[in-house]
Amino acid sequence: MLLLSKKQDWLGNIRGDIMAGIVVALALIPEAIAFSIIAGVDPKVGLYASFCIALITAFTGGRPGMISAATGSMALLMVTLVKEQGLQYLLVATLLTGVLQILAGYLKLGSLMSFIARSVVTGFVNALAILIFIAQLPELTDVSWHVYAMTAGGLGIIYLFPYMPFIGKSVPSPLVCILLLTAIAMYLKLDIHTVGDMGDLPDTLPFFLWPDVPLTLETLKIVLPYSVPLAVVGLLESLMTATIIDDLTDTGSDKNRECKGQGIANITAGLFGGMAGCAMIGQSVINVKSGGRGRLSTLCAGTFLLIMVVFMDEWIKQIPMAALVAVMIMVSIGTFSWSSIININRLPLSANIIMLATVIVVVWTHNLALGVFVGVLLASLFFANKISHFMYVDSTLDEDSSTRTYHVNGQIFFNSADSFVAYFNFKEVLEKVIIDLTHAHFWDISAVYALDKVVIKFRREGADVELIGLNEASATIIDRFGIQNNPEEIGKVMGGHS
Amino acid sequence: MTNQPPNVLACIDGSVLTEAVCDYAAWISQRVAAPLELLHTINHHPEMANNANLSGNIGLGSQEHLLEEIILLEQQQSKLKLQKGKLLLQAAKERVIAAGTADPICSKRHGNLIESLIELEDSIRVLVLGIRGQVHDNKNKQLGAKLESVIRSLHRPILIVNDTFKEPQRIMLAYDGSKATNKAVDMVAASPLYAGLNCHLICVNNNEDTAAKLLQQATEKLQSAGNIEVTASKLKGRADQALCEYQQTQDIDLTVMGAFSHNRLHDMLLGSFTHKMLLNTNKPLLFLR
Repeated sequence: MLLLSKKQDWLGNIRGDIMAGIVVALALIPEAIAFSIIAGVDPKVGLYASFCIALITAFTGGRPGMISAATGSMALLMVTLVKEQGLQYLLVATLLTGVLQILAGYLKLGSLMSFIARSVVTGFVNALAILIFIAQLPELTDVSWHVYAMTAGGLGIIYLFPYMPFIGKSVPSPLVCILLLTAIAMYLKLDIHTVGDMGDLPDTLPFFLWPDVPLTLETLKIVLPYSVPLAVVGLLESLMTATIIDDLTDTGSDKNRECKGQGIANITAGLFGGMAGCAMIGQSVINVKSGGRGRLSTLCAGTFLLIMVVFMDEWIKQIPMAALVAVMIMVSIGTFSWSSIININRLPLSANIIMLATVIVVVWTHNLALGVFVGVLLASLFFANKISHFMYVDSTLDEDSSTRTYHVNGQIFFNSADSFVAYFNFKEVLEKVIIDLTHAHFWDISAVYALDKVVIKFRREGADVELIGLNEASATIIDRFGIQNNPEEIGKVMGGHS
Repeated sequence: MTNQPPNVLACIDGSVLTEAVCDYAAWISQRVAAPLELLHTINHHPEMANNANLSGNIGLGSQEHLLEEIILLEQQQSKLKLQKGKLLLQAAKERVIAAGTADPICSKRHGNLIESLIELEDSIRVLVLGIRGQVHDNKNKQLGAKLESVIRSLHRPILIVNDTFKEPQRIMLAYDGSKATNKAVDMVAASPLYAGLNCHLICVNNNEDTAAKLLQQATEKLQSAGNIEVTASKLKGRADQALCEYQQTQDIDLTVMGAFSHNRLHDMLLGSFTHKMLLNTNKPLLFLR
């Protein structure tokens, strides 16, 4: 099941996939190195992870053409673990992350994505972009002017080179930036940080290695608080990226398979000495832009990455960090959703608040999972508040019999229960009160309590109370409602209501 | 859809065989008195990339721009395909009306042919399909890429057209006593399509007695249905060769047979009889499944 794919997913677009795979592999190298540095591990940990994850998700992933590798969002979550416990515990945490993700896949938690509102997604990508940018700042503080000049020059090359005639659109500009800056640094023998200063690079193929830690409950206690957010953020970013690629390519994807695929990829990465990773928004967009559509593009990206890194490690060591910083700034600019800033005046205030709250929480805590949690919570509250306005009560008085009939319309639930009670006038002296609920919906127990309260108050004032249409109104309380998407049942409950 | 009478469905794609497909479909629809539906599918190829910008950078609003660019490109391509499909269906409609079919239904569907046919299966009475599509025009020894999948996935009679239309007079029914061919005999006996035609019932079997017995049974079945003139013959040798030779010498216009009764693995190892017949004959084949 996990390995099943249509022939066209692999062979539908061979030329485009291979070319795009090469472009993506070239762009993955600086990112994998940069993210390893964020996490505080040797660049080889990120590079091995990127290779393993790209290779495995090509087969097991649910979204053909999506690029998964070591990512910044995940790297940020593991900083403390690496600092306090070391690399071996990171590998165990990666394994556990994979297991949790597979579990999520089998529990079909991918469908929970529908709870994440659009504004939360926007906040997530914006926060991610800001974090990637902030992570570059240490390389830009307390350094000589050469570094600033090289970074600025690198950005210039990246964005201006594509306008060159003939070769502009057939050679990846980040590659040109890296090659040129490396050549300049080597020629001028500049004393600036290079990739080689940051730790070991891979010189062999990755090999199987069981993490060197005691398999005790103590270990589990150490890694679990890291694995859970890693698993959550990994799935969130992967599923969000999958949705973006779905939109771009006008095709569907299997979200639950993606969860399992990410899990298997992370387990593999952990066993071969790599850090945890997930899908990458920026790289996946680059892949589609370069003409990649099928699984072959992901496979090629992983394979070319490894080949280039293993055989050119002596050269990669010479790359100045300034070149990597330029590439990463490009990634953060490309990941940021600029339309959410440009359109900020046109979007509803609640959407902007949700987006900004998500961004602020993430930038503050460096934890994307927390940001998404706050965003989802806010979005739900705003929604509940909006829906609670869909309720009003009007009434008619029959003076002869001293009877007032209240007609209740709309949605009554925890948030609107108090305003529901406030509609009733208990000071009025009446013989009889009729409450017509035919056009109301009682969604939860709070609504029922509110109704009880109204009835009791009227009775204490000496009025007789009659309820009309209670059965129709309370049909929505039953939890089973909503699980069955049966048009007839929904018609029965909602029918005749406006 | 379920309340409608099942249609004769003709698949139109603009290949050389399209006209013949229209003619045969018109002929069948008139004989069985079923409505004729002309189907053209418009297939996007989302697995194929149309654009390739290898500059490998992403900047301000890259994702939005990329989406717009791709949508614009695909919209233009789809519009062209829609236009082409409209013209094709118009031409096909005129042709079948000229052939005497009143009121053919024209349908256009998005998606690939096999998926569309599987969705439409319940409303199909007979499917009429060219042996090869537009991609393989003028490659005489090549079968259409989707042909086998279509035949395997549908359980409706399928007429495979491989030559210009000639109103069938003599049909050949290959019979070997298997379940698939027994079903074929039943269907031939029951359908108004074959009424008044000369049916050559052929059994290829190296054992004469078995062949005679099998032919005896089938002939009775066919004759009991009435209006079918049966000529029974026993042949020897390899079934596909023998049948093709017979077809040529007796000037048979249409061959009726079962199809792909083995699974794909069996056929991959031992070769498929249906496949050989498709390759070697130059008269239309009607597969009853």
